Amino acid sequence: MTKQRVTQLALAVCGLAFLILGAAQGGYQTTMAKAVRICMECIGIG
Amino acid sequence: MDRRKNRKKAAFRRKCIQLASALLYNANFAGFASGTIYKGDPKGVCVPGLNCYSCPGAVAACPLGSLQNALSAMPNKLPLYIVGILMLLGLSLGRLICGFLCPFGLIQELLHKIPGKKIKKGQWSRKLSWLKYAVLAVFVVAIPLWYAFTSGYPLPGFCKYICPAGTLEGGIPLVAMREEYRSLAGWLFTWKTGLCAAILLLCVFCYRAFCRFLCPLGAIYSLFSRVALLAFRVDAGKCDGCGLCTRACQMDVAHVGDRECIQCGQCRHICPRGAIYFGWERKQTHESEKTMSDSAADSHSPAGGMPERQ
Repeated sequence: MTKQRVTQLALAVCGLAFLILGAAQGGYQTTMAKAVRICMECIGIG
Repeated sequence: MDRRKNRKKAAFRRKCIQLASALLYNANFAGFASGTIYKGDPKGVCVPGLNCYSCPGAVAACPLGSLQNALSAMPNKLPLYIVGILMLLGLSLGRLICGFLCPFGLIQELLHKIPGKKIKKGQWSRKLSWLKYAVLAVFVVAIPLWYAFTSGYPLPGFCKYICPAGTLEGGIPLVAMREEYRSLAGWLFTWKTGLCAAILLLCVFCYRAFCRFLCPLGAIYSLFSRVALLAFRVDAGKCDGCGLCTRACQMDVAHVGDRECIQCGQCRHICPRGAIYFGWERKQTHESEKTMSDSAADSHSPAGGMPERQ
């Protein structure tokens, strides 16, 4: 296996692990909570 | 003649994909009429491109806004979820996202179609392209972390002080439609609107100026350029290092598929040897060892056609 393939595999495993662990610790809810409210900073008010 | 036709066809196909993704990201059309934002479950997932989640049409979250929000939740919670999403997006598509799936990229390209004098790329623009990494480090990472650790106050530095997508897609429509926001708009709104207008105006003269010099999301995806699974690649066996591809490219690329390449694929139809292809497997035509070694030597020339990425 080439060095590039090893890097790709490592990134895929890490990315997937982060995503699952993050979702388990409430990452989805954190993102959701921010995204369903109007972000005052984003629109240039707050 | 065929190459020119194919190039036009490919450009049209890319525009269709860009438009479709922009519409898909902002499919909550009712929001534009009511001045409210979408609150359904998909908002917990990020779209790949830069698209403000406070846009009335947005049906999912912005990856940059979500990253800053997650960093603001530290040290209590690590930003694993959003970092995982960005890693998987970067690994699978890389900067193909910039070229095909970013609504703000589409806006910039359309503005650049306005006739007039255009600013040419050069060494100055290649150097200036490093600025986006500073924007990423300071506004996306350092400012939210600083506020999170010192005061616990969430402050998305990039969204607050720079993001032109937030101003254009969220700020201007919402302030225009809702009186309560109009009365709150102050110096920050004036600053952001002025900056957004300046960036959009610059895009008329300078191709994708925001992407090239300021976009931190492009900076993140560029970190995956060498390992992205789907990409335009160069067949080292066919490439003779003529450099036509990099000279014709409007981005500040040193070679096809480098950190500045947005994977638009226009170079594919410029290459006279048909050495550029799209796919996830590396190809190397074994027609001539000599050609390969010649092209490897030529790749270090300033014009720089480049053999396959390692």
